[in-house]
Amino acid sequence: MRIDANTDVCIGAGQCVLTDPTVFDQHDDGIVMLITKHPEGEAAHRAREAVELCPSGALSVIEEPGDS
Amino acid sequence: MPETASITTTGTASTATTGAASGKVTDAEFPVARGCPFSTPAEYEQIREHSPIAKVRLTTGREAWWIAGHELGRAVLADRRFSSDRRRDNFPFVSTDPETRKQLQDQPTSMLGMDGAEHAQTRRALMGEFTVRRMAGLRPRIQQIVDQHIDEMLSSEQRSADLVEALSLPVPSLVICELLGVPYADHDFFQGLTGPLLRHTTPPEARGRIQEELNTYLGTLIDRKLTDPTDDLLGRQIAKQHAAGTFDRTSLVSMAFLLLVAGHETTANMISLGVVGLLQHPDQLAMIKNDPEKTPPAVEELLRYFTIADTVTARVATEDVQLGDTTINAGDGVVISGLAADHDPTVFTDPDRIDLERGARHHVAFGFGPHQCIGQTLARMELQIVFDTLFRRIPTLRLAAPLDDIPFKSDAFVYGAEKLPVAW
Repeated sequence: MRIDANTDVCIGAGQCVLTDPTVFDQHDDGIVMLITKHPEGEAAHRAREAVELCPSGALSVIEEPGDS
Repeated sequence: MPETASITTTGTASTATTGAASGKVTDAEFPVARGCPFSTPAEYEQIREHSPIAKVRLTTGREAWWIAGHELGRAVLADRRFSSDRRRDNFPFVSTDPETRKQLQDQPTSMLGMDGAEHAQTRRALMGEFTVRRMAGLRPRIQQIVDQHIDEMLSSEQRSADLVEALSLPVPSLVICELLGVPYADHDFFQGLTGPLLRHTTPPEARGRIQEELNTYLGTLIDRKLTDPTDDLLGRQIAKQHAAGTFDRTSLVSMAFLLLVAGHETTANMISLGVVGLLQHPDQLAMIKNDPEKTPPAVEELLRYFTIADTVTARVATEDVQLGDTTINAGDGVVISGLAADHDPTVFTDPDRIDLERGARHHVAFGFGPHQCIGQTLARMELQIVFDTLFRRIPTLRLAAPLDDIPFKSDAFVYGAEKLPVAW
């Protein structure tokens, strides 16, 4: 899986960073920054949760070939 | 997922079996009074039995759609076809009195009442002030503030206090004052004004007077910071606008007003209710006392359970929108009830039970969509620090009055406790 971040709609709520700071960070202006686009294992699980929690719809999960 | 698709799915999945989805299911006037903190209005359940959405009559005499389901509520809050502009006709809870309406039209709207690009631009100018990293930097100072107030409680000889006055209100108030750069010495002044502003029952004339008084106060403060720059949130916003040649006193006043009110009343109420909730569930309180790592998820559950800003999430449809079987017409008012959404049994099992370990982060206590609370990271941190510190330092804390005798704010836009007698 791959995580996509649409920085145009991000509202800087910070929910993603709270969910997994190893995957998500914020620029100084509050906009989301992906530390990795391809989280694995537990981090992948938490990244999916972050996508669910994101209030602005800025985050999405893209399933890739080979994903189980 | 496209916004419309998610709404259609919700509607189809709803349990609507009759045409009741578009009719009235209750004669009650909304918002209905919220009594005891441990029960949600029966009307929410009544609505949900038919459909996640129903038309209701508001106390203003108008009608509005009331959304009581979690999934539909989130979908509508994320849907840009619904406007947050409180100046629009039919915006829920706004008085129908022509004089009050004119006052509102003449007033600049804060971020809370903006839509689309205007909202995004205003929020973006402020977002950097509330990043998770920046908020984490405030932790030591917040801890210090909490400790000082608990020191004061412990130094009193009578071993009892009104927790609202001793802790719930001063802590977030001091925190937001320092963050914004508002002199804390003035807190009695603005707290005396913001309290009545948040009540349904405050008459329009009084509301207008209060608003004017606060605007004058904040305007003067902003003028002072323009002449004597300060390194705080307001100071930095002023300097930034000044440097860019976009200094806008009126919009700064409404921003300062929004942050000041939202920043202390809400957290204060959550502190009081959270303490009541924890004291009424000693087994669960013991769990977070023994393991502070359990406090952050516990805070999420308390936020969900009490969802204090039940009806702040209101909108007006800007075009016809189909929500399942229900057609919302352009111009219709819609209230997305946060409390009802957060007690939706299809999303939260046994929702009327406090379960600190349930994992409740998908609650909508901070709203959802582009307007979700900008200060949520700060609020979470304040609540975590207060609960951890209070019960560690005063382990024998107990309510000093029966639950029935505690005055809860049943007529306020933000639910909470007026007073909270505690002893140790």
